[in-house]
Amino acid sequence: MLNKTKTRPHLAESCIAGKIKKVFLSLFLVMISSSMTFAQLQLNGAGATFPYVIYMKWFDEYKKETGIQFNYQSIGSGGGIRQIIEGTVDFGASDGPMSDQQLKEALQKRGTEILHIPTVMGAVVVSYNLPGVGKGLNLDGSVLADIFLGKITKWNDKRIKAMNPNKNLPDRYIVVAHRSDGSGTTYIFTDYLSKVSKTWETKVGRGTSVSWPVGLGGKGNEGVAGLIKQTEGSIGYVELAYAVQNNIFYASMKNRAGNFIEPTFNSVTAAAEGASKNMPKDLRVSITNAEGKNSYPISGFTWLLIYKDMKDASKATAMVKFLNWAMEKGQSFATSLYYAPLPKEVVKLCKSKIAVITSGGKKINLK
Amino acid sequence: MRRKWVIRILSKNFFKNHNPGDFLFERLTMFFALVVFLLILLMGYEMYDGSRMSIDKFGWNFLVNSEWDPVQEIFGALPIIYGTLVSSILALVIALPLSLGVAVFLSESAPPWLEKPLSYLVELLAGIPSVIYGLWGIFVLVPWIRNDVEPFLSQHLDFLPFFRGAPYGFGMLAAILILCVMILPIISSIVRDVLKSVPQSQREAALALGATKWESIKIVLLEAKPGILGATMLGLGRAIGETMAVTMVIGNTAKISLSLFDPSYTMASVIANEFTEATSDLYISSLIELALVLFVITVAINALARLLVWSLERKWKKN
Repeated sequence: MLNKTKTRPHLAESCIAGKIKKVFLSLFLVMISSSMTFAQLQLNGAGATFPYVIYMKWFDEYKKETGIQFNYQSIGSGGGIRQIIEGTVDFGASDGPMSDQQLKEALQKRGTEILHIPTVMGAVVVSYNLPGVGKGLNLDGSVLADIFLGKITKWNDKRIKAMNPNKNLPDRYIVVAHRSDGSGTTYIFTDYLSKVSKTWETKVGRGTSVSWPVGLGGKGNEGVAGLIKQTEGSIGYVELAYAVQNNIFYASMKNRAGNFIEPTFNSVTAAAEGASKNMPKDLRVSITNAEGKNSYPISGFTWLLIYKDMKDASKATAMVKFLNWAMEKGQSFATSLYYAPLPKEVVKLCKSKIAVITSGGKKINLK
Repeated sequence: MRRKWVIRILSKNFFKNHNPGDFLFERLTMFFALVVFLLILLMGYEMYDGSRMSIDKFGWNFLVNSEWDPVQEIFGALPIIYGTLVSSILALVIALPLSLGVAVFLSESAPPWLEKPLSYLVELLAGIPSVIYGLWGIFVLVPWIRNDVEPFLSQHLDFLPFFRGAPYGFGMLAAILILCVMILPIISSIVRDVLKSVPQSQREAALALGATKWESIKIVLLEAKPGILGATMLGLGRAIGETMAVTMVIGNTAKISLSLFDPSYTMASVIANEFTEATSDLYISSLIELALVLFVITVAINALARLLVWSLERKWKKN
């Protein structure tokens, strides 16, 4: 009896041990099989936050179609550029083009050029809060620059009045709101102001963060929108996608052709169309203040940064295939996610750019 | 050398004096304690190393120049350091007497049925994530400041330079008040614990000698001085390092202004705001130097607090 009672727990223990073993074994098998699927093909990228939503959609759809996995970390354009220079990712993404110096550094360190491939477009809208004025304020570049420089301080300024004869503009101080965090949105906005105002260009300049002469800073689109919503008499800028989703009043901007254009996906695409006529070869181009009757002037590309020559042949093939897919099918997802699609002319330019990608110096066989 | 060691450990005498478990445990805990020390040194070194480029370029000018311009790549942190120190010190000035009051009430005169739930609530406040304070700041505090506080102050106190300018709501005043609300529960819950740890006999002795309730509380407060000071420094530390809530209400503008109505900036907010999109090396280096300055200020404040507590304790023991 004693013996039996003594052995029973042992039996039970060995039983449990056996079960544990089985569990571990099956876990192990699952891990192996899942790591085998992971071992397929995986491309890693990092960069801009603005296109994150559509890139996620693209990578997801593309994985469903081909099984190729893209990983993307939205760490910011700055991080994307740094990582592609250091070679820690397969591709980068940025809302502002790389500078000549950065391209030179990358060529030195990685031994290959970096291509800029525009993927979708975004626009920046000028949003305001003026009770009793309503929608559709008209503004032009030089007035906007002077407001953000602190030169125009009141809403009933002569120059604003001249553009809005039908509006009853109040005798109110203008409160300027801007982004406090570095962002591609700020880059596009300050790039536009630099193009339309010499004073802005010399005094402030263009960049993802700048030294603002006046105003309050809010963190992110939601921060700026919050400042505008709460402060009567305020003006600021937010991404088009954000403004559309949140029903914020925004101004129509006077473009180069002299028309006041409301920011819409169509007018943004029109801006790229207008700019595509004299596009530089490397596609590193700002399309703010673009030509064209219907172009909205404060818009810009977001780019994928790709090595011209990729060492890994299978990765290179996958990358090229994906980029071509993004130019065709990918574009159809844009408007539903509040991005403006690329116009046909630009897609053509991008495709010819994608065609020059090589692997180990050899052309890529797409079949 | 090593052999001697092994022999020492293996010899029977050694284990007579040292239990092997104790020995191992002692060494292990010592190792972990040293790791903390090393970690701090390493952090300091890494930040120094990362900011070397900016230190070489700007030198001491980084601390006294008041221009922060990422486009021209001129970085001077004075307005940011100013904003950090002013916002946290003023927050402390407002929060300290209030939290002392809360703590004294909770530990000395609150009836038990009120004390328990109130202490619990205070501790709960200390645990709320700062982004929630920030949202509350944007939607409740800022409109209140803009519509009521700032017009009132500028109407009645506009002879002082601190209360002039346009009432935006967002700005230094909002940051001070939100920091004040955030550090109040921390200070008061620690001070309450400190007061509770003062022996009951002290109070009884004072009362027995004919002291009034207020006089006995004063004696308890005197006894708890080092602890109160420690709690204050912890609160100040939290205020200096606070990022999210402050950046949501302070207006984020790197300018020095006497007026509390104007927007300002703090070091932690600048780093959080600008680091992700900083592209040039000098820019990143300057942001890291800003982190280094923040680190040094925090260490200095903590050291100062230790020193004060230590000297107070010594004085107290002498008496």
